[in-house]
Amino acid sequence: MDFNLSEEQTMLQDSVSRFIQNSYGFEDRKKYIAADNGFSAENWNMFAELGWLGIPFAEEHGGFGGGALETMMVMEEFGKGLVIEPFLATVVLGGGFLSKGGTPVQQEQLIPSIIEGKLQLAFAFVEPQGRFNLADLTTTATASGDGYSISGHKGVVLNGPSADKLIVTTRTSGDQRDESGITVFLVDANAAGVSRRNYPTIDAMQGSEITFNDVKVSADDIIGELNNGLPLIQSVVDDGLLAICAEAVGAMEVLYKTTVDYSKQRKQFDVAIGSFQALQHRMVDMFIEHEQSKSLMLLAAMRLAEGSDEASKAISALKVQIGKAGRYVGQQAVQLHGGMGQTEELNVGHYFKRLTMISHTFGNADFHLNRFGEL
Amino acid sequence: MDLNFSAEDIAFRDEVKAFLKENWTDQDRKDMGNGLSMDHDMPVRWHRKLAAKGWAAPNWPLELGGCPWTSTQKYIFDIETANANCPRLISFGLNLVAPVLYTFGNEEQQKKYLPSILSGDTWWCQGYSEPGAGSDLAGLSTRAELSDDGTHYVVNGQKTWTSTARYADMIFCLVRTDPTAKIKQQGISFLLIDMKTPGITVKPISTLDGQQHVNDTFFDNVKVPVENRIGEENMGWTYAKLLLTHERTGIAGVARSKNRLSELKIVASAEPTGTGQAPLIEEPTFRAKISQIEIDLMALEITDLRTLAGVQKGGAPGPESSILKVRGTEIQQAIAELFLESAGYYCQPFVQDTHWGSYEGEMIGADYSTSTALQYFSTRPATVYGGSSEVQRNIISKAVLGLKFK
Repeated sequence: MDFNLSEEQTMLQDSVSRFIQNSYGFEDRKKYIAADNGFSAENWNMFAELGWLGIPFAEEHGGFGGGALETMMVMEEFGKGLVIEPFLATVVLGGGFLSKGGTPVQQEQLIPSIIEGKLQLAFAFVEPQGRFNLADLTTTATASGDGYSISGHKGVVLNGPSADKLIVTTRTSGDQRDESGITVFLVDANAAGVSRRNYPTIDAMQGSEITFNDVKVSADDIIGELNNGLPLIQSVVDDGLLAICAEAVGAMEVLYKTTVDYSKQRKQFDVAIGSFQALQHRMVDMFIEHEQSKSLMLLAAMRLAEGSDEASKAISALKVQIGKAGRYVGQQAVQLHGGMGQTEELNVGHYFKRLTMISHTFGNADFHLNRFGEL
Repeated sequence: MDLNFSAEDIAFRDEVKAFLKENWTDQDRKDMGNGLSMDHDMPVRWHRKLAAKGWAAPNWPLELGGCPWTSTQKYIFDIETANANCPRLISFGLNLVAPVLYTFGNEEQQKKYLPSILSGDTWWCQGYSEPGAGSDLAGLSTRAELSDDGTHYVVNGQKTWTSTARYADMIFCLVRTDPTAKIKQQGISFLLIDMKTPGITVKPISTLDGQQHVNDTFFDNVKVPVENRIGEENMGWTYAKLLLTHERTGIAGVARSKNRLSELKIVASAEPTGTGQAPLIEEPTFRAKISQIEIDLMALEITDLRTLAGVQKGGAPGPESSILKVRGTEIQQAIAELFLESAGYYCQPFVQDTHWGSYEGEMIGADYSTSTALQYFSTRPATVYGGSSEVQRNIISKAVLGLKFK
C-alpha cells in the first residue's frame, strides 16, 4: 500500500494548484462567468498549452497517458477554485467516450483537437422521464437509408451551448428501459434537426435542452457497439462520478477551512464565535466529513485505475458519502457565516451551490445507496 | 381536551372560504407563482382586501382593529389562506412595530402610525442588524445624538439585512444614544424614521437565490424628530425584546409548511423514482423522508396550538416559543430540500423569467422544477434571521432549562 503521489503526479498537482491560487480568485471567476460562452476561452487555451486537456488520453494520441488518479487530482484542485471551464464535459466525459469506445478514425480525428483545446463536447443523456436511469431512453435512432435518424429530447446537457459535437444516448431497439438496445452516437451540434435552448445553471455552468428532430447520422458515428452501449455509458459515467466527487472534496476543503478562519475572526458577544463549543463541534464534524470523503475518493480512484471489479461499488460508496458530506459541510458553512453566508458577495454560497448540484448529478445519494446494495 | 372543531369553528371556516372565493381569484393564485418572484406589492394588495374585511391584524387588541378570534379560529384562518396560496403579509408593520407602538408608544404616535399600518398604506422595514451586530444585536453601533436644542436626533451608521427597504416608507431602528453605558443593552433607543429623510441610502444585496430582497441601509447625518422616539431614551432594548418575542410567534409557519408538503406529495407522485420505474413517492428512501417531515410537522402543529392557547389565556408567549422558530424553519428547509431532490437534474437550470407566475413561455422541465433551487437557497437564511437557531437554543438553554452560559 502506498498513498504517495509519484513525482510526475506531484508536479501536475502543484501546477494546477498554482493556477487556482494565482488565477481563480473570486473576482477572476466572476469575469470568466460573464464571458460570452460562460467560461474563459483564455483559460481553456492555457489548459491546452499546459497539457491538462491531454491528461487522460493515451500518449499515441498526444495525451499525457494519465488515468483515474490524475483526473481525480486535477478535479480536486479545480473544486477548490470552482473552475467553470468544461473539463468534465469535454475531457472526462466526451474524451472518455472516445478513448473507451471510439473507432480508430474517431480517435484520430477528434482526440488531438480536444487536447489542443479546439473541440468542445457535451454528453446528452438526461431525459426528463428517466431521472437517474441511464437506460431509460425515449430518444430513438432508427435505421434510415445507410445510416440512422435520431429523434427525441435531451435535458440539462452541460456545456451544451458551446459544444461542437454531442454524444447522444439513444434507443436503437427494445423497450424504453431495456438494458440492451442502446447505442451511443456522435452528433454534430449544428446538424440539421438539432435545436438548443441554452441557459445558465444555478451553479454558474451552462446547460441546454436539446431536441433532435429526424437528425441524420451515419453508422460511422456510432461510438462503441450497436445495441450494446450501456456498459460503455456506465463506465464513462463512473469516471464522471469520480471527477465530480473529487471536485466536491476540493470544494469541501475550502469550505471547512474558510469557516474555521471566519469563526476565529468574527466577534459577537465580545469574543470570536469560534470559541463557542456548540460551533466548534460542528466545524469538527465538517472536517471529519471532508476526511472521510477524501478517503473514499482515493479508494474509488485506485479501484478505477486498477480496473477492479469493485470499482463501481467504490464509486457508489463515494457518491453516497459526497451526498451526505456535501450537504452537511455546505449547509453548515453557510449557517456559520450567518447573514454573510447567504450573499452572492462571499464565495461560501457559491461552493454550497456547486456541492448541492453535484449531489444531484449522475444519481443522488439514495440512488447510489441502492446501487451499492445491489452491486 | 378535544381536537375537533366546534360548530362555531366550522361556521367560521365556511366564512373564510367564502371570503377567499370572492377575493382571491385563480388569476391571483397564478400571479403569485412560487411566492418568491411575485410583484413586490402583491402582499399589499392582499393586505388591503383583508383590511377592508377587518381581518388584516387578527392579533391586535380588539379596540385597535384586531379580530375577536379564538386561537382555533386564527389557526383555521392560517390554514385556509395558506391552502389558497395567499401571500404572507409583510410583517414588519403589522406584527413587529405595531405591538411596540400599542404597548409603549404614546397616544399621538399610536394615532399617527397604527391606522396606516392596519390599512396597508404604510410600508415598514426593520433596522436592527448591523455588520458588527448580528446574533449579538445589543452590540449595535449606529449612533443617534440629540441636537443641542433637543428637537431632533442625528443618526449615523449602517443597518444591514433590511428586507424590502427599497419599498418601505418607514423604518424602525435600534440606535445607540448612550455609548458610555456600562451594559450594552442600556444606552439603546427605539426610533421611527421616515425613509425619505435626506441622508438615507439603500443598497441592495444579492443573495444565493439570485434575488435582492435584503439591503444595506446607510444613515449619514439623518435628522429624526425627537417625537419619533418610542418611550424613554436609552430604554429601547426593553421595547425591542418584546418585539422579538412577537417575531418568534407565527414564524413556525405550520400552515404554509402543511400546504407545501401536500404540494410536494403531488409533485413526487408525478416524478419517476431513481430508476424511472415507479412514482418517486413510492421509493422507500424518499417516502421515509417525506414521512419524517410530516411527523415533525404534526408535532410542531400541536406545539404551536398549545402556545397559541397559552397566549390566549394571557400574556406573550414564553421563551419556550423558541421551539417554534427552531423546528419550524428546519421543517421549511427540509421540505425545500425534497422539492429539489424531486426535480432531479431539473433543479439545475436557472432562468429568472421562469420563476414568475406571469411567465407565459415554455418551461424547462416540469412547471414546479424551475424554482426548486430558488426555493431551496431562499430557505437557508430562515435559520439565521429573526434570531438564529443557535440564539434560539441559547434562549431555551438559559431561560427554560436554567443552564448558565459562560
